[in-house]
Amino acid sequence: MSVPHRSAGDLPVTGDTIAIRCLLNGVETELEVDPGERLLDTLRYGLGLTGTKEGCAEGECGACTVLLDGLPVNSCLVLTFQVADRRVETVESLDEALLAPFLAGGATQCGACTPGVVMTATWLLANRDLLSSHRIRELMAGNLCRCTGYDGIVQSIERALGADERGDTE
Amino acid sequence: MAKLTGRELYVDDLPSADHLWGATVRSPSPRGRITAVEFDPSIDWSEFVIVTADDIPGRNAVFLMEYDQPALADGYVRHVHEPVVLLAHPSRDIVRRAAALVTVRVELEAPVLDFCAVPEAGGIQHGTDNVLKHILIEKGDIEAALAAAPIVVEGEYFTGSQEHVYLETQGMRAHVDGDVLVIQGSMQCPYYVVKALVPLLDRDEAGIRVIQTATGGGFGGKEEYPSMIAAHAALLSLKSGRPVKLIYDRWEDLAVTTKRHPSRVRHRTGVDSDGRLLAQDIEIVLDGGAYVTLSPVVLSRAVIHAGGPYACDAVRIDGRAMLTNSAPFGAFRGFGAPQAFFGLERHMDVVAARLAMDPAAFRRVNLIRDGQQTGTSQTISDGADRLEVLDTALAACRWGTRREQIRRHNESHPLAKRGLGLAVFHHGAGFTGNGEVMLQSVVHVAATPRGGVEVRAASVEMGQGTTTIFTQLAAERLGLDPDTVEVAQPDTHRVPDSGPSVASRTAMVVGYLVEQACDDLRRRLGLTDAARGDAVAEAIRTWYAAPGQEELVGEATYLQPSHVEWDEETYRGDAYGAFAWAAYVAEVEVDLKTYSTRVTDFVAVQEIGRVLNQTLATGQIQGGVAQGIGWALLEDFSWRDGAMQNCQLTNYIIPTSDDLPPIRVEFLETPYSHGAQGAKGIGELPMDGPGPAIANAVAHALGVPAVAIPLTPERLMAEHDGLAAREAS
Repeated sequence: MSVPHRSAGDLPVTGDTIAIRCLLNGVETELEVDPGERLLDTLRYGLGLTGTKEGCAEGECGACTVLLDGLPVNSCLVLTFQVADRRVETVESLDEALLAPFLAGGATQCGACTPGVVMTATWLLANRDLLSSHRIRELMAGNLCRCTGYDGIVQSIERALGADERGDTE
Repeated sequence: MAKLTGRELYVDDLPSADHLWGATVRSPSPRGRITAVEFDPSIDWSEFVIVTADDIPGRNAVFLMEYDQPALADGYVRHVHEPVVLLAHPSRDIVRRAAALVTVRVELEAPVLDFCAVPEAGGIQHGTDNVLKHILIEKGDIEAALAAAPIVVEGEYFTGSQEHVYLETQGMRAHVDGDVLVIQGSMQCPYYVVKALVPLLDRDEAGIRVIQTATGGGFGGKEEYPSMIAAHAALLSLKSGRPVKLIYDRWEDLAVTTKRHPSRVRHRTGVDSDGRLLAQDIEIVLDGGAYVTLSPVVLSRAVIHAGGPYACDAVRIDGRAMLTNSAPFGAFRGFGAPQAFFGLERHMDVVAARLAMDPAAFRRVNLIRDGQQTGTSQTISDGADRLEVLDTALAACRWGTRREQIRRHNESHPLAKRGLGLAVFHHGAGFTGNGEVMLQSVVHVAATPRGGVEVRAASVEMGQGTTTIFTQLAAERLGLDPDTVEVAQPDTHRVPDSGPSVASRTAMVVGYLVEQACDDLRRRLGLTDAARGDAVAEAIRTWYAAPGQEELVGEATYLQPSHVEWDEETYRGDAYGAFAWAAYVAEVEVDLKTYSTRVTDFVAVQEIGRVLNQTLATGQIQGGVAQGIGWALLEDFSWRDGAMQNCQLTNYIIPTSDDLPPIRVEFLETPYSHGAQGAKGIGELPMDGPGPAIANAVAHALGVPAVAIPLTPERLMAEHDGLAAREAS
């Protein structure tokens, strides 16, 4: 049995699948997915990569941020077949040592927004020429946090920028 | 670090093989008799587990204060979204679609939706007048004081609701392990869930085990509502015999879970020409929603704080929480105090303006000095210098100079108006009055074989730092390396009931018990209170070296400090063991082309006993201020039939990093003798100040009334146009 498709906004569950390959966290990965499946669900429920969180399912909160070919995207708005032959990086790929400034700076409280925050911050740290035209607060505005008031996040990024310039990671 | 790397497991991250997904079918109507529940005939419903009120083994109520709120509506609904039927299926996608194919038919009765109106006879659904709780505080002769006062100023103030928007939506997982029903999920109060499930499922506490999983924010929103979700997951799991996950998406979480109580606060204030408060006559009305939930205690905190940190000999505070057919309102950081302070502190500026006094100078005259009494006749003598709190905030923002600079700026900028606003307030930590005595909280500190300890309490980590604070307190009390101190995951079959993780009580009250339990463990080891570090670790290892030695556990139970006396009947006495004191200043700029208001500077100064951890305490204040700024300016509701319509983060707007200025935090410290290391509670305090400070700043900028929040552009434009019309006529 399948529940009939009633609402125009829903995607039909067809039972058909699409086979794709992508580079996921540095590993060549083959996937077979429903055409309507979100990248967020493939990561979380298909591959057990539960570090990526669902916060709103409509691209507002950024909790599900992953890097797609190096750019931060909301994985709730990406269908899995769209990452065919592309590079996907999730929070599980990050080097723990690089995260030390975020721990010391008070960037995380409850942790639900944190994986998305550190993915966007990773992009920012890898593309610091962005800071010649944008402030950190503008660049981080796609990641909602309800605990910190953002000062801890902004200061941690400043700390990480400074740590890199000094050649250490604290 | 597990939170940064994504390894931390929240409830929806628990392995999902072999379990069912749950979904909830809800009432479409605000009030009436259920005439039919129709299952779409095109579906094979035999593939689903279906639960209705008939499947409830015990009493159909989610118990907290009263047995009035059903777990599943049984023939009658009192608000839109009230749960009626539960479904479970192996596919999350299918069960969510299927829930939309069950139709609940309701014979509509006229709902009560205006909490300020006197209900008509047909609208009465609680007692004789829909009053869920009435509290009256009286001190001195209020009518005589008002009659004698040379100046009396009246005002009426409104606050809207607010959603918690914890980034992790609510969810529970239930499974049966032998004779034991196991509940895992996102929650603040594991023992509240147990106490709700015992009568509902007709099981004893041994048959119900509740385990808190990593909790992605709470702010009060995960105080009472998790018991409802746990009840639903449990019913589905018991009926199916399978593990069941019931995880709300954001739409459902915003639509159905509890929110901050909307309020109306009225003031009649008598003053003399020197600005001395002679009479405070205050009326507070809260929208309680369709069931009692925690409204009586939210009202209690509102009325107790309503007079503020000021000395006044004649006080009357009359508070009511009203039943309406709205989705129930419940606990939210501040717990009634933010509503009371919005009315009070906005009104203090209105009174100061009538007196042609500087708002800071007017407050200075009336701030409680040691030896003076609050509205509940509680004598304050904690040694804290409230004038210093105020002066520190004024110095940080250069109050006098800045007000003058702003005046000049506004003269030359017709479309960008600035304002500077102040709020002075206090917040009582811990349960009100005798509440902590009733709780009888218990903490265990167990010795571990490698020479360390494990702290066992039901107080949860939800981002506020419980684990770090408990580790630090136990390590410092016993002189142990923090690496040898563990904090147990709250699990009701492993940890004692240290009470709920609410009311700014965890560090102050439960932390103090952690210290006492450490002392008890030391005594059981045969050591003096002076023994620390290696002496303690060595004694523990020696204890376990004996073969067959049983586990050694230190224990502490709450004892009311002898100075606290409270009369629940008259609402007089020591409402709280300790208050934190604060003065906040907001600077805003209002764009008169768009009427959007931007907070350009924020100063938060507070006296909190002792700062246990600078990073955590600063983060608590900054996060609370950010939430308060959202409540004051952005977080608006579209209501229909008592239900929230804008249930998306696209149309319910909370602040982003780009909406906020750096929040400047300063602490003053006067240790409190019954708090851990002298600390007082701080979790809720920062929610109280931003609302009135910002409204006062907007009023300073534009001269508008600013008597209702949120001050959305639409509301502000209407107020500003009204002002211009009055000036023209």
